Amino acid sequence: MATRIRFQQNLDELKEKLLVMAGMAEQAIQRSIEAYRTRDLSLCEQVFRAEPGINRLEREIDQMALDLLAMEQPMAIDLRFILSVIRINADLERVGDQAVNIAVRVREMGAFANVDLPVDIPKLASLASAMVRKALQAFIEADADSATAVLAMDDQVDEMNDAAFYSLSNLIKEQPQLTPQALNALIIARNLERVGDHATNVAEDVIFWVRGADVRHNLSSV
Amino acid sequence: MGVGIQVEHLNAWYGTTHTLQDINLHIPANHATALIGPSGCGKSTFVRCLNRMHETNPIARATGTVKMGDVDIYADASPVEIRRRVGMVFQRPNPFPTMSIYDNVVSGLKLNGFSNRKILDETAERSLKSAALWDEVKDDWKKKSGASLSGGQQQRMCIARALAVDPEVLLMDEPASALDPVSTSKIEDLIFQLKSQYTIVIVTHNMQQAARVAENTGFFLNGKMVEFNSTHKIFTNPSDKRTEDYITGRFG
Repeated sequence: MATRIRFQQNLDELKEKLLVMAGMAEQAIQRSIEAYRTRDLSLCEQVFRAEPGINRLEREIDQMALDLLAMEQPMAIDLRFILSVIRINADLERVGDQAVNIAVRVREMGAFANVDLPVDIPKLASLASAMVRKALQAFIEADADSATAVLAMDDQVDEMNDAAFYSLSNLIKEQPQLTPQALNALIIARNLERVGDHATNVAEDVIFWVRGADVRHNLSSV
Repeated sequence: MGVGIQVEHLNAWYGTTHTLQDINLHIPANHATALIGPSGCGKSTFVRCLNRMHETNPIARATGTVKMGDVDIYADASPVEIRRRVGMVFQRPNPFPTMSIYDNVVSGLKLNGFSNRKILDETAERSLKSAALWDEVKDDWKKKSGASLSGGQQQRMCIARALAVDPEVLLMDEPASALDPVSTSKIEDLIFQLKSQYTIVIVTHNMQQAARVAENTGFFLNGKMVEFNSTHKIFTNPSDKRTEDYITGRFG
């Protein structure tokens, strides 16, 4: 017979809140990249306006997790779940920050001529977003195998970011008049690489929750 | 010093009810080991088998081996000898109501034939100090009735009484379940200090208490030992689904 029904309901509510937060963070990244692609500054404004909501939700989720830790003294998988939620929450808030950073750069780029740059930001964004989506899907389904697959994707994002660094550095050397655009694109690539890192963290937290294994920093312990 | 306990194929019955079924485990010396599980799972029966109290019930019996150090307690020693080596503290403090604190503490020694006043005094004082009660009772410990102490103090007096006969093992059957949080905390601090000198086995329904005081924890269910592991492992990532379901409150 199931007991602690209210506690289980609270855990479900915590999960739902985190998924709302995830949706907001994901949408912010999508909008900022769409703003880059189309140079539509109204999308940047939407990203800026959405950020306080993400921050507010981060605090709500933290408070709810803290209350559950204090009042319910969770054990085992429940304890790991709440710890994971706290960590994922922080990562999602940082994803929201990266979206804001990208939107700031896109707005700056608006002051300069729109030129072709030797970097495929939409592709990098698509990969980083896919990591976030897959990590969150793994969270929704409590699927450690899917979460493990996310970890492998991070190398690809890192490689693309490195490639962007070299090609944009060369562009700055060869065509210094394009330095502002190149620097902004460089920072955006870096922001997307960080989004990939946050997705990796989320995936690691899912593995910790489901399997009780800490796989962070390539160190495995069960 | 404490002594390790090796339990092999321990079975126990009350009448026809098979209350313990093939229990095997090693309880390490000078550690606190917690036993958890729902009511009626067999954990109290298990500890009562460790000092042969189980057999005091006429319809009860036990088979298997329980070794304390090298001594098989069912083959090589009498129940009286075993209970001298194994102290026990119960859920509710059980002072002898007409005795002073001092007489309560030395009652076990007197029963064992000790009468030297100096030895009794020294032992009583040492035991009360070990039980973290001395400072609270030292002024009138020979006059004041044991029953006049608070519940938490009575329980520590019972622990002092158990320690006075210099046991190697201390069994505690829900020793703090009838106490307020402050007294509970004192008992837990005491367990933490005592385990360097004694092997402690504690039955508890309070899982946070098990997590706080015990290095190892065993989970009993329906007369079986489902899982025995480090307390850390049990409470963060248990191996058996039934353990996880119990400690997370999904049943029980």
